[in-house]
Amino acid sequence: MKAVVTVVGKDRVGIIARVSALFCENNVNILDISQTIMQDIFTMIMLVELSTASVSKLNSELAKIAEEMNLSIHLQNEEVFSSMHRI
Amino acid sequence: MINPFEIIETINMIDKENLDIRTITMGISLKSCVDPDVDKACEKIYNKITAYAKDLVRVGEEIEEQYGIPIINKRISVTPVSCIIEALEEPSIEKCLKVAKTLDAAAKAVRVNFIGGYSALVHKGCTPGEKLLIESIPEVLANTEIVCSSVNVGTTKAGINMDAVAEMGRVIKKAAELTKETGGFACAKLVVFCNAVEDNPFMAGAFLGEAKAIA
Repeated sequence: MKAVVTVVGKDRVGIIARVSALFCENNVNILDISQTIMQDIFTMIMLVELSTASVSKLNSELAKIAEEMNLSIHLQNEEVFSSMHRI
Repeated sequence: MINPFEIIETINMIDKENLDIRTITMGISLKSCVDPDVDKACEKIYNKITAYAKDLVRVGEEIEEQYGIPIINKRISVTPVSCIIEALEEPSIEKCLKVAKTLDAAAKAVRVNFIGGYSALVHKGCTPGEKLLIESIPEVLANTEIVCSSVNVGTTKAGINMDAVAEMGRVIKKAAELTKETGGFACAKLVVFCNAVEDNPFMAGAFLGEAKAIA
């Protein structure tokens, strides 16, 4: 299953490192990354392939990172976005 | 890849604007549960609902997890129960209540929020069974928790059944009276329709249409 991960929050050292380390540990392949910083607000969008990883486990791990680093992180099935924006 | 603006827009909907799936409703036909003996009918109803809907909530929760979008309610709608009451031998309010309590118990057993279909369509007149069902509504709603009831009293084509309208007035007052401790909550589980639509999934007026060939 492909998923879109969004990370939004105040920029600081190690955001990409923490998130991608978690994906590496869980055998999640990163297919695409786009990232910008707008007025100090870090915005990253990743497209990932989950393969064997469990969505609920990833979500709880991401929630921990989000809390520790004061970020807003979401992981959603890619189909949600296709359904919302493509006919 | 979908563009970042669209992604952020969707995330905002989920995160800030409470985007969710309001309800999934499973339609179950009770036509096969008809029996002159009330105990046998109740047993068939309980077994059918718990067999067909046993995975409804679990699969709903799996879909929620897979897509990360909450599904707020899981519900069941059944064929208007008047078809069960109609076939009972020596039907009575007690027997109606027994059927309703069976629906309540079956719905709770499969962990749905509501079960709709304690209903009758009487826009062209009432059969004895339908009359009894309407009469039993206040007791039924006061003595069950998640059973919802509806009565269709008119259609554009057939006109309005004024006798049924008058009776529903009394039913509503009695239902409110019987549940006065909870603010007349029984009435929140009751809908009086004109032009009721078949297979309507919206509580409290949900029921499975006659023409539906599923389950």
